[in-house]
Amino acid sequence: MNFDFADQAPKLMMLLWGLVAFAVVVGGLLFVLDAVPAHFARRREAQLVLAAANGAPLPRRTKPRDGLFALFFLLPTVLLLLIGLVVPAIRTTLLSFMDGSSQNWVGLDNYRWMFAEEAILRVLLNTLVWVTLVPLVATAIGLIYAVLVDKARMEAVAKSLIFMPMAISFVGASIIWRFVYAYRGEDQEQIGLLNQIVVSLGGEPRQWLLDSPLNTLLLIVIMVWIQAGFAMVVLSAAIKSIPADIVEAARLDGVSPWQMFWQITLPSIRPALIVVVVTISIATLKVFDIVRTTTNGNYDTSVIANEMYNQAFRYGQNGQGSALAVFLFVLVVPIVIFQIRNLRQQRREG
Amino acid sequence: MTTTTPPVAAGSQDTSGRSTRASRVRKRLNSRTATLVAIVIAVVWTIPTFGLFISSFRPEPELKTTGWWTAFRDPQFTLQNYQDVLFGQSASSGQLANYFINSLVITLPSVLFPLAFAALAAYALAWINFRGRDWLYIGIFALQIVPLQMALVPLLSFFSRGVSLGGVTLMPAWNLDGAQNFAQVWFAHTCFALPFAVFLLHNFISQLPKDLMEAARVDGATHPKIFRSIVLPLVAPALAAFAIFQFLWVWNDLLVALIFAGGSDVTAPLTVRLAELAGTRGNEWQRLTAGAFVSIVVPLLVFLSLQRYFVRGLLAGSVKG
Repeated sequence: MNFDFADQAPKLMMLLWGLVAFAVVVGGLLFVLDAVPAHFARRREAQLVLAAANGAPLPRRTKPRDGLFALFFLLPTVLLLLIGLVVPAIRTTLLSFMDGSSQNWVGLDNYRWMFAEEAILRVLLNTLVWVTLVPLVATAIGLIYAVLVDKARMEAVAKSLIFMPMAISFVGASIIWRFVYAYRGEDQEQIGLLNQIVVSLGGEPRQWLLDSPLNTLLLIVIMVWIQAGFAMVVLSAAIKSIPADIVEAARLDGVSPWQMFWQITLPSIRPALIVVVVTISIATLKVFDIVRTTTNGNYDTSVIANEMYNQAFRYGQNGQGSALAVFLFVLVVPIVIFQIRNLRQQRREG
Repeated sequence: MTTTTPPVAAGSQDTSGRSTRASRVRKRLNSRTATLVAIVIAVVWTIPTFGLFISSFRPEPELKTTGWWTAFRDPQFTLQNYQDVLFGQSASSGQLANYFINSLVITLPSVLFPLAFAALAAYALAWINFRGRDWLYIGIFALQIVPLQMALVPLLSFFSRGVSLGGVTLMPAWNLDGAQNFAQVWFAHTCFALPFAVFLLHNFISQLPKDLMEAARVDGATHPKIFRSIVLPLVAPALAAFAIFQFLWVWNDLLVALIFAGGSDVTAPLTVRLAELAGTRGNEWQRLTAGAFVSIVVPLLVFLSLQRYFVRGLLAGSVKG
């Protein structure tokens, strides 16, 4: 046993400090917000009393200062967003036009590097494959499953099974699947499920994660495995909110389940479908943990977020790392604009 | 919708006995295929986790030489892997108990801070009238799309060098060491969570009945009073939903932890340690299997017991847009 509780004491102290800080900040904020208006109210009361005693005209009632309240309510959020997100994002954009040590301006060099270097082009291509396949496959599987288990027996349990990977970390999921892909030499017994299946079908075991481009597809499987549950839950809720009379009317019309799916279910859940695809696309663009834990970006599997991390935090190339981050942002923007336009359209129709 | 198809009268269905039997057979066949497909998906989705779970209880030699499915023929189970990976002596064993504590220390404040700040902000954005309110909300909403990769490099340098704008110091350098580095991780997680948190809670808080708010104002309740005694209790489910989200996100996060907590055994969470073990000891399956389960068990419990809130938050956060 090597677990010494004394080692943990400084950390738990730190946690305690964190919680105290939390109590002080939030409690203090609420206290100030309570005390200040009360103080003004008392002062006004005194003024009124004084005015009444002197027979002077009563002072005009001032409007409650809503702006002041808003300021206090919003102060922590706005401040943190400025320091933690807005200013850094602007700085990253600037850094992307500077060299690795962030000293000299280099213009568009980092972006030129991105599209000239073969290794980086490969990274961009991989990201493209990820962002096309993951949303499509995950949404399709989620949708099929949601339709199939709808109103089935033990629906809740069936849904939990698919949904569960959502709770598992990407790192945990990567380890789970690395075990599925594990390889043992031909003369040995296989311990990975995939190779065992291949062997029992008469094939030869393979080192799955080393073969490009198959390895990228196998990593994509992990992401699909995680995201299908999300798609399933959202789409299942959308299916359940289709008005019962529409479904009933169609059924009386003698519509087959197949027609029902294409002509009723699918058009009715279109908005939810778009949201799911958009959300998964954005999550996929930023995928990092899976690639890092399984192959660490080797064997031609790297994606933008990985390359960004490597450039900025391993090779000390802040400029190139920042350029990749900016490019990632640029990729997200059209997806979001697409969604906003869709939402607007829905609102106009609805 | 196929409104052109004339509705089939109930009687006419009975007269064409043959076709109904055929359709009934087809329907049953359909539902059989449907069930089969559903079961196949469910099995494919569960087997990998199940295999890892079984393996984590198998003795090392068996685990490394035979597939986990053979464990049913020849059951040999042990808790040794967990013992080793949690409390083992050697540096290579994992020592996950230590990292488990780190994960806890990182997660609790990283959930509480954004929860409180976002609730306050969401209330102000929904119910206090001030100039520029809509623009501010749109601004915060739009920040959701900024990938956190955009903030990593500068934020890290803010912590080490402080922030100054035109010679005015907005934030001094933090100069932390040892366990103090947790504060950095809390700060980063709080900042990154705020746009989504404000958006999610605003969705709920802005939908509270207007009459209720106005009645409270007329009765002389101040904003802080309304916030505490009316809003907070009413949106408790939404707060729970965000708390679960954020908990899962922070507990499972790797990127933010790698950068702001580093790899030291004082601050690194479970995910960082596991990723390291997977990288350097990728074939030590007795450690990886048990280790993965140590990291999975807490979020899984949280998730299974609070699934209802989680789903509600998910739907509110994604569909209302």
